[in-house]
Amino acid sequence: MDNSVATTEPGIEHAEHEHVSLPQHRHHFETEEQQREAGSFGMWLFLLTEIMFFGGMFFAYLLYRNWYYDAFVAASNTLNIGMGAANTAILITSGFFMALAVWAAEVRKKQLLVWMLVFTTLFGLAFLGVKYFEYKEKYELHHIPGASFDVSQFINPPIDKATGKASEKPLPPDVAEHTQIFFFLYFAMTGMHALHMIIGIGLLAWLLARAQRGDFSAGYVAPIENFGLYWHFVDIVWLFLFPLLYLINRHPLAH
Amino acid sequence: MSATSTTILNLPDQSTARVPKKNFITAEDGLLSWLLTGDHKRIAMLYLISITFFFFIGGAFAGLIRLELLTPQPDLVASDTYNKFFTMHGVIMVFLFLVPSVPATLGNFLIPIMLGARDLAFPKINLLSWYLYVIGGTLVLTTMVLGGVDTGWTFTTPLSTHYLNTHVVTTATAVFVAGFSSIFTGLNFIVTIHRMRCPGMTWFRMPLFVWSHYAASILMVLGTPVLAIAIVLVALERLFGIGVFDPTKGGDPLLFQHLFWFYSHPAVYIMILPGMGVISEVVSTFSRKRVFGYTAVAFSSVAIALFGFFVWEHHMFIMGVSNYSALVFSLLTMLVAVPSAIKIFNWSFTLQKGSITFETPMLYAFGFMGLFTIGGLTGVFLGSLGMDIHLTETYFIVAHFHFVMVGGMLMAFLSGVHFWWPKMTGRMYPETLSKMAAVVTFIGFNLTFLPQFILGYLGMPRRYHAYPPEFQILNVLSTAGATVLGIGYMLPILYLAWSLKYGAVAGDNPWQATGLEWQIQSPPLTENFTEIPIMDHEAYDYDWLEHKTKPEVTTVG
Repeated sequence: MDNSVATTEPGIEHAEHEHVSLPQHRHHFETEEQQREAGSFGMWLFLLTEIMFFGGMFFAYLLYRNWYYDAFVAASNTLNIGMGAANTAILITSGFFMALAVWAAEVRKKQLLVWMLVFTTLFGLAFLGVKYFEYKEKYELHHIPGASFDVSQFINPPIDKATGKASEKPLPPDVAEHTQIFFFLYFAMTGMHALHMIIGIGLLAWLLARAQRGDFSAGYVAPIENFGLYWHFVDIVWLFLFPLLYLINRHPLAH
Repeated sequence: MSATSTTILNLPDQSTARVPKKNFITAEDGLLSWLLTGDHKRIAMLYLISITFFFFIGGAFAGLIRLELLTPQPDLVASDTYNKFFTMHGVIMVFLFLVPSVPATLGNFLIPIMLGARDLAFPKINLLSWYLYVIGGTLVLTTMVLGGVDTGWTFTTPLSTHYLNTHVVTTATAVFVAGFSSIFTGLNFIVTIHRMRCPGMTWFRMPLFVWSHYAASILMVLGTPVLAIAIVLVALERLFGIGVFDPTKGGDPLLFQHLFWFYSHPAVYIMILPGMGVISEVVSTFSRKRVFGYTAVAFSSVAIALFGFFVWEHHMFIMGVSNYSALVFSLLTMLVAVPSAIKIFNWSFTLQKGSITFETPMLYAFGFMGLFTIGGLTGVFLGSLGMDIHLTETYFIVAHFHFVMVGGMLMAFLSGVHFWWPKMTGRMYPETLSKMAAVVTFIGFNLTFLPQFILGYLGMPRRYHAYPPEFQILNVLSTAGATVLGIGYMLPILYLAWSLKYGAVAGDNPWQATGLEWQIQSPPLTENFTEIPIMDHEAYDYDWLEHKTKPEVTTVG
């Protein structure tokens, strides 16, 4: 992560560390290999903590989905599957460009690296843009948990004009209340995921500036690699969220 | 060293000895050189100062609690103020003292040196973790000034989410931030232990201090994020009323208990394991023997960490969990006693036929072994289902975890601080005074907490500021003990500060100890070693130390 320049260290270190060739080498590591391994190991451990962090919410989802199955089905059916699918494609594409960026850094192609990071960022922003419209739709439908939450849609589902029947099985009011738990988990999980995307885009901007400066074009690629791990992790979280929230309960309405 | 001598302390000739001019303390001057440092030893010092500060704030609240409990009537403070006292005491002591106490100070200082490395793997993340700690601590102080919080340190829902109008969110943020400080410390330790060992330093040549920190770090890295998400959910529920823990909206308060204790039970092992590491080093040094059953002690640390993740439900036996799961968790809880007992037995066998001397660190270590054993065994009482229903939420619980945390961990912390003080500062603490402090602490501790076992057994509930008059005599004893204990804790602060300037010059290895940290100068150089050492012997090899002809590790500063 860090590339403070070791050449500012006082004289004695120079004599001891003549094998150091890169300015990014930190003085307390014996070899570059050790530094690179330590960095990547640290990133994997950090991702482990992230898994535990999201794990708490997945656990809550598991519990409430078992308890309130009907409410979860009804609430899940109101999610916009088109936008969710589009976002999945967008995010996978962004991850693809990130993988290419790591490759570009490894083969020391500066311009290619910069462009790949730009594409990664753009697709990341596109994801957040789609997410904005999804959240806006939830706001208009009063599906945001809290004081303004409205369950009437689940108690009296809209009538489908083509068939003249309710488009969804009506829920008793007490069951319908539990859709709020689903929407809370939806917002908590996708919100926390979006927060990770925002942090990632911030880091991407920083990496872009450094890539443009040529920091990663001389064999020092650890920050790109480690950020790549983070970005792919955020992708994978979404790949779990999309089926769990949007797809798993979706069913054709029985007529 | 003859077996009959009363001390192994071996100081250089005081008329000629000087603390080396060039060391990590004198390497750079100015406040900024400390606040922006990447040196693990300087960060350890920063931690030492800040956790001592918070220890005394937390201790002041403990004093106020004991003062209120001196009489059966609620006469010192109102009941909601009392609730705030024990909440602030718990939050500060758990998150700002016990969790970072040994790892962030002694661990930070010693792990790289013990491994023959120049620093932790990520010095900047190490510094970041200190800043996160300070931000968390500042937020707690802010809460205190704004009027405090009264949820208890456990943030029990729905009390914390719906029924209290105090600063829950600020405190929750503080705990969240301090938690990340702990995650980064653990992450740094694990990477350092895996990747930064010097040539010849195999896993089974590492000092047991490092092993126990490795186990504690696993808990920090895997457990703390779950606390983080639990706290985020509490804050969201409070701010937006979304109902994830609110039974009226279909939420489950027990879910919070699961998430909270999934961290907070392993957290007690985060607190105690590093202390056990200290005891291994001290017991070996002051009985001049290799730790008995090194491998068993090393693996028992890992076993405690592993079992520690599967016992959390014993905090919820009376909360309506399934009887069958309670049975399983009761069994698992008792299983944790096995690796803990392995440690106690192995330390006892280390003492057997050793050349034992009774310096201050060893006195504290003896205190640890006795008090931790009592604390651990009463934990088995509480882990058994029938006893737990009688004893839970009484002073028996309070006495139990104070025996482990204060009698165990704080003793270990003080033992370690005294043991490595000459290494950290280059000067000795005054021996007589410090022995006195150790004895005073031990007496004060027992006087404070032994009566609480009886109180709890007789049925005095915890977290109340009034009690029936027949409990007064035991409460008076406890309050008197707390006063003695307070003196026991004030003494080290005073004489350790005094020793910084007037203490005897310690030399490189005052205890004739075998660890790598004792083979370099005191205080060490910024880079620890002038050249990276090559480890060619086991840990605790006193023959190696005796026959060592040349300094294996160059120490000239």
